[in-house]
Amino acid sequence: MNDSVQATAPFIEIDAELCKGCKLCIGVCPKGVIDISEKLNGSSYHPAYYLGRDCTGCALCFYACPEPAAIKVVKP
Amino acid sequence: MKITEKPVAFYPEFARKSGPHKETTHYCPGCGHGNVHKMIAEAMVDLGINERTVFISPVGCSVFGYYYFDCGHMQAAHGRAPAVATGIKRANPEAIVIAYQGDGDLAAIGTAETLHAANRGENITVFFVNNAIYGMTGGQMAPTTLIGQKTATTPRGRIEAQHGNPIRMAEIIATLPATTYVERVAIGDSKHIMKARKAIRKALTNQVENRGYSFVEILSTCPTGWKMDGPDARDWLIEEMIKIFPLGVYKDEADHREGAWHRPVEPFVPAKRDAYLGADEAEAKAEKLSLPAELHCKFAGFGGQGVLTLGLFLAQVGMRADLHASWIPSYGPEMRGGTANCSVNLSERRIGSPLVDRPNLLVVMNQPSLEAFAGQVVEGGVVIVDTSVVENCPELPGRRVVRIPATGIADEVGTPKVANVVLLGAICAATGAFPLAFVEQSLRETVKKKDLVDLNLAALRRGYEHVRDAV
Repeated sequence: MNDSVQATAPFIEIDAELCKGCKLCIGVCPKGVIDISEKLNGSSYHPAYYLGRDCTGCALCFYACPEPAAIKVVKP
Repeated sequence: MKITEKPVAFYPEFARKSGPHKETTHYCPGCGHGNVHKMIAEAMVDLGINERTVFISPVGCSVFGYYYFDCGHMQAAHGRAPAVATGIKRANPEAIVIAYQGDGDLAAIGTAETLHAANRGENITVFFVNNAIYGMTGGQMAPTTLIGQKTATTPRGRIEAQHGNPIRMAEIIATLPATTYVERVAIGDSKHIMKARKAIRKALTNQVENRGYSFVEILSTCPTGWKMDGPDARDWLIEEMIKIFPLGVYKDEADHREGAWHRPVEPFVPAKRDAYLGADEAEAKAEKLSLPAELHCKFAGFGGQGVLTLGLFLAQVGMRADLHASWIPSYGPEMRGGTANCSVNLSERRIGSPLVDRPNLLVVMNQPSLEAFAGQVVEGGVVIVDTSVVENCPELPGRRVVRIPATGIADEVGTPKVANVVLLGAICAATGAFPLAFVEQSLRETVKKKDLVDLNLAALRRGYEHVRDAV
C-alpha cells in the first residue's frame, strides 16, 4: 500500500504478535476484509490480518476484539 | 482523522503481568472480559475520570484488573467488591468507584454484599460480567448457568429440580428502591457490543453526576469453559443466553437523581484520630502499670487441650488489671483433635490489631505448634513448653525456653483438663507480669463452676511453683 492510498482511505492495523486468533473481528467485519493467516505468530496463534482494501473505518472489529492493542483503526 | 486504538486508561505495557507477553491480556482467546475492559477504559478516558477512578477487582478471571487499568485499585475478597466499594466511596466521595465482578463472585458468594450495597443506593458503579460459568476454577456450574448447560459439576446438564434456576440479578436489583439505573446488555454481535458500550458510559456518567447506584449486567462468553471457539461462543450467547437473560433497561431513574447521592465527607483532623485511638491515655494509665512490657502472646496446641481458654484466662487477668486486652482464636473445624491457637495482647495502650505474628510469649502444648511458631518469637521472648506432650524441645538461641510437664502436673492435681491452668501459673512465674495472688483472685471470678475453683487454684500454684523453683 502506498502513502497516497493510506492518506485517503480508512484502514486497520492488526499487530500479528498481539492477536490470539479468536476470529471475532472476522465475524463482525461488514466488508469481509479481515482473514486468518496460515502462519503462526510467536504465541502459536494464527493471527488475523487485513486484506488491504475496502475498510470503511467502522471500528466494529476494534470493539469485537478482546485484546486492548491488537487492532488500530484509522479513518482519515 | 479519527484513530480508534488502545485507550490510554490502559497501561502502555502490562508490567505487573508475569511472563513474557506484556502487551496482551492473560485472558483466553475470544474471552469477553477483554471487550468489557476495553469499553470501560475508553469510557474512563472520554469522561476524564481515569485519574480518580478506583477499580475493585473480584476473585475470578478478572482478579488481575490491576495489570491493565492505569487507575487506583483494590482487590477484594471473593464477592465483597460492593462492600469494599462502599468503604472507598464513603471515605473519598470524589473517587469514581467501579466494582467489576463475575457471576460466581457477584451472584453466589457475594450475593449479600451485592444486594445490600444496592439496597443502600451506594453511589457506585457495578459491572456484572455474566458468562454463566465459573471460568477461573475450571468451568463449574455457576448460579447463572442455564438449565441443561453442561459444566464440570453438571456433566449431564443443569437440572432445575436439583440445582435451581439461573438467577436473574438485573431483575432482582431493579426491585430495590434505592437503585438508580439497571440494564442488561451483551457482547454478542456488534449491535449488542455498541449498546453495551453506551450502557457502560451511562453507568459511569451517573456516578460522576452523583446520581446513585448503577448496575450493568453484561452477558459475556467463556469459550474455554464452554468448550467452544470464539465465534461459536458468541453465537451461543445470542441464541441461548439472551432467551433466559432478556436484554434491556430494567430501571432508569437517573433523570430525577442528579446530585442526590453526594455525601460530603468531614475533613480529616489528626487530633480527632488521636483522641479516638487513645493516644493520650498511655500517660494516664502509667500509675496503674503492672506489666514489665506489652505482652503479645500466642497459645497453641491440639483442640481440646484448653489453649483457647488459657488465652481467655490471661485476657481476663489483663482486664482486671485495667489493661487493654484482646483475644482472638484460630482453629480448624474440628472440636477435638485439630490444631488450635489464640493470640492475646495486653497493653496499656489501645490495641490496633488483635493478631500476633511476632509473639514475645509463646506457650505450646504440642510438637507441631512448637515447630510452627517457635521461629516467630522475638529475641528476648519466652517460650513455655508442655514437656508432657512435646518430646523434642531444643534450645532457641536468644529466647528463654521454660520446660514444664504441665499435663503430668495437672493429672497429679486431679485431671489433665487443668493443664492450661498449670501453664497460666507458669506464665505468672516466668514473666513476672502479675502477682500470683492477683491471678488467683481473677481465676476465682472466672471459673464458672464454683466446685472446681479449688482444683484450678491448686493447678495454678503447682505451675507457678514449678517454674519459680526451677529458676
